[in-house]
Amino acid sequence: MKQQIKVGMADLNIAAEGEVLKTTGLGSCVGLTLYDSTAKVAGMAHIMLPSSEIAREENFNKAKYADTALPMLIEHMLKLGASIGRMTAKIAGGAQMFMFAGQQDTMRIGPRNVETCKTLLGGYSIRLAAEDTGANYGRTIELDSSNGILLIRSVQHGVKEL
Amino acid sequence: MNPVNEFSHFKMDVLKEVGNIGAGNAATALSRLLDKPVDMGVPTVALVPFEEIADRVGGSEQIVVAVFLRVEGDAPGNMFFIIQEESAKRLLSNLLSIELDNGLTYSEMEFSALSEIGNILAGSYLSSLADFTKLSMAPTVPSLAVDMAGAILSYGLLQFGTMGDDALLIETSFLEDKEEVEGHFFLIPDPESFEKIFLALGVPTE
Repeated sequence: MKQQIKVGMADLNIAAEGEVLKTTGLGSCVGLTLYDSTAKVAGMAHIMLPSSEIAREENFNKAKYADTALPMLIEHMLKLGASIGRMTAKIAGGAQMFMFAGQQDTMRIGPRNVETCKTLLGGYSIRLAAEDTGANYGRTIELDSSNGILLIRSVQHGVKEL
Repeated sequence: MNPVNEFSHFKMDVLKEVGNIGAGNAATALSRLLDKPVDMGVPTVALVPFEEIADRVGGSEQIVVAVFLRVEGDAPGNMFFIIQEESAKRLLSNLLSIELDNGLTYSEMEFSALSEIGNILAGSYLSSLADFTKLSMAPTVPSLAVDMAGAILSYGLLQFGTMGDDALLIETSFLEDKEEVEGHFFLIPDPESFEKIFLALGVPTE
């Protein structure tokens, strides 16, 4: 059994040496993962909201917002010997769990999280290698730092490999 | 700073009473639906870290049946009615008198029946709360999902997301007489709604 590192909601972590990163129950949240296949360093963030501009708290948790989580994740990975130029990204989640007529903005948060992650990755010229986003179901994901394979588990669709 | 961090014991007790009245009415409605006695637990009111909320219904990956409604009006918020799958199936077979297979799939009829149950229960919860507080609280059309608890509940935490990493939750569980059906109500008022609820109930604000 490989060493598993749990990433909570609004949390991020990194892994190397074959450790596996895991986060459970992604709904509208996005699991943003980065991998450097040469250094074999992996990173994962469980992002809840797109932009820290909407934060109404001081000293907020950087892992919660896409725009602050990505730089922080990259920074941690660089310390383990990864390089931005070699990183590729895979993202999952950003579902719309419930459908309503007359959608409020907060209710479309999933798609907005996904769009923001993509824009931010573009800013670092990090290639998006794969994604499993949108739709209306929850996902649990696992990223293996030995090979960069992202496993996605859902109730309706079983296990999928990216 | 999350303003709800600083609620006094008295205010927390007031919110417990809110849960008591709402869920009490909903339990009565369920009891009428099933024509069986339904017991209600003591409500819990707590500031719960996002990460731990799903633990209350069996963990983030636990598959649950959830009816979600957005509460609109004077004191907006999010409401969930959550039951485990076995309970959902028993509820359906009690109500519709049809035997259900054990698969994960639900027919359109079953889906709509569960939705309607959620609607009735949430409606009775909210209307008693609205009577009690004299605030307008109207539920949106209910939306049903069968999925991981973490994915479902995180949806109700977004309003708290910009203020901190935990949410104030009014939770009440209930149990049908022979423990065949167990369910949970989660009311997560928006952070701004608490002062309105307190004001409406004459709780002094410091």
